[in-house]
Amino acid sequence: MNKIPNRQIICDTLVEFGKDDQDIMVLTSDSRGSASMGNFAKELPEQLIEVGIAEQNLVGIAAGLAASGKKTFVASPACFLSMRSIEQIKVDVAYSQTNVKLIGISGGLSYGALGMSHHSLQDIAVMRAIPGIDIILPADRFETKLVIKALLTNKGAAYVRIGRNAVADIYESDSYDFQIGKAITLSEGNDLTIIATGEMVKVAVDTAAELKTIGIACRVLNMHTIKPLDEGAIIKAAKETGKIITIEEHSIFGGLGSAVAEVVVQNHPVPVRILGIPDEPAIPGKSQEVLAYYGLCTDNVKKIALQLLK
Amino acid sequence: MVTIEDLKAKATQIRKDVIEMVYRAKTGHTGSSLSNTDILTTLYYSILNVDPENPDLENRDRFILSKGHAVESYYAILGDKGFFPKEELKTFSEFGSRLIGHPNNKVPGVEMNTGALGHGLSISVGMALAAKKNQGSYRVFTLMGDGEQAEGSIWEAAMSAAHYKLDNLVAIIDRNKLQISGTTDFVMELEPLEDKWKAFGWEVIAVDGHDIEKMQQIFAAAPITKGKPTLVMAYTTKGKGVCYMENVPHWHHGVPTVEEYEQALEELCDKGGGQP
Ligand SMILES: Cc1ncc(C[n+]2csc(CCOP(=O)(O)OP(=O)(O)O)c2C)c(N)n1
Ligand SMILES: [Mg+2]
Repeated sequence: MNKIPNRQIICDTLVEFGKDDQDIMVLTSDSRGSASMGNFAKELPEQLIEVGIAEQNLVGIAAGLAASGKKTFVASPACFLSMRSIEQIKVDVAYSQTNVKLIGISGGLSYGALGMSHHSLQDIAVMRAIPGIDIILPADRFETKLVIKALLTNKGAAYVRIGRNAVADIYESDSYDFQIGKAITLSEGNDLTIIATGEMVKVAVDTAAELKTIGIACRVLNMHTIKPLDEGAIIKAAKETGKIITIEEHSIFGGLGSAVAEVVVQNHPVPVRILGIPDEPAIPGKSQEVLAYYGLCTDNVKKIALQLLK
Repeated sequence: MVTIEDLKAKATQIRKDVIEMVYRAKTGHTGSSLSNTDILTTLYYSILNVDPENPDLENRDRFILSKGHAVESYYAILGDKGFFPKEELKTFSEFGSRLIGHPNNKVPGVEMNTGALGHGLSISVGMALAAKKNQGSYRVFTLMGDGEQAEGSIWEAAMSAAHYKLDNLVAIIDRNKLQISGTTDFVMELEPLEDKWKAFGWEVIAVDGHDIEKMQQIFAAAPITKGKPTLVMAYTTKGKGVCYMENVPHWHHGVPTVEEYEQALEELCDKGGGQP
């Protein structure tokens, strides 16, 4: 089982490229430890800006740096970054189109036992409603690296959400075709489609494998980019498989499921089941316990798939 | 009347509870909780007009833990005072427990849900304003971290408290000079912090945040100046009471190993915290 968390990969990648490009800058808000940015601070101290516990200032400063030619990466817990700084994100980043990449660390239920103040289960919904910012949730460490490399070459605004702990590998290496906005088919099949994002891709892949043993061919789409959304892949799945399940570590409102449903109902209506966290303060506990409680696990997704196929 | 000696013994006992909770749950803000244990003990056992039997009394004093991560000492005190069965402390951070890693007002005695830093003072300004509007005689206390002072919202609240002459409001800063990434002057320079609060129109008093007797006098006397909110700058040691945790950034949310746990209990028992 992989032991390297995605945040470590982000740091390593930024150190690697930051050595040759002094315009690459990282901003933290007393968050360098949780973001695993300690090594960036050590290797490239001139390229790290610490603002203290001040998330609004964090994003505003990043926007100012970006407007002055810097390639800024902001690393702060997703819960605070996506809520406390949202007006700076809307106006100074998305509206002004500055080259700010927001890295929401410890996303979703990573801080499960710390309560709703520390859960980020509305971040995708909020970001989705703001024009001018890409939203990306990598599925594993290899994809995380590819996301950061892609972001280093474009000038737009982006929000990347990752979890705190290491996650199982989906890929074997980072040599596959990754493009922002292009869903990846991880498993072929025409009986139904599971569309997942971020760390829930693993649940989708495992469920498809279980379904295969009982003769069900399940398509799996890794929807790493929620915006811009790969509408073509969704419409194709609706047409060819006729049933869709979405899985996300996010509120059932406004996230991946909503985005997929918007496309499906307006193009090729088929049954869609949206799996995520219901509209309540999530029950506190370790993230795996909480995810299981809400059925974001292979057993339950399989059950839902079988119901849908009945 | 509780004596100062009683309060000191109580604080040591609370520190033991903190260690037990964090050790059992394998998570928690150990150093942060130990830093403010004496402040909370002084408030809850000798200052605040609160009643565990009637936690919703209209004229109760209000306390808001703005640095919500330091929840262990807060829960230990609320449990000890009988706001909920003390046994429940054993469920701290367990799946489904109401004693989660930040204050939650499902827990009797907790006024507001905190955890995101920089909210407590604004909430307290609202409560102090309401007291003025309703001719309530209660006071509002809030405890903030020093790293927390970087949040702009605190200064917005500071300005409004002075503007509305909220002399029923006492804000305390746990000035332990540490936050997660290191010292506060390394992360974001705060000094001259007392002068900043004075410039914002507050009456500022400095105190040793482990000197229960002095804190008691100050809290009892507030407001010092009619028409002005009071800021108590409590100089503290993060991790206070467990020698190897004192002033070490790692213990912000460090969890003791079994040896460290036993050593901590032994040290606290020696200080009068009773049997291990
Ligand atoms: C808005 C917000 N940003 C970041 C955090 C994460 N965080 C929790 S505690 C902490 C450090 C607090 O330091 P300080 O205020 O000095 O408190 P103390 O030293 O008393 O623990 C941080 C950054 C948070 N809880 N809320
Ligand atoms: Mg501090």
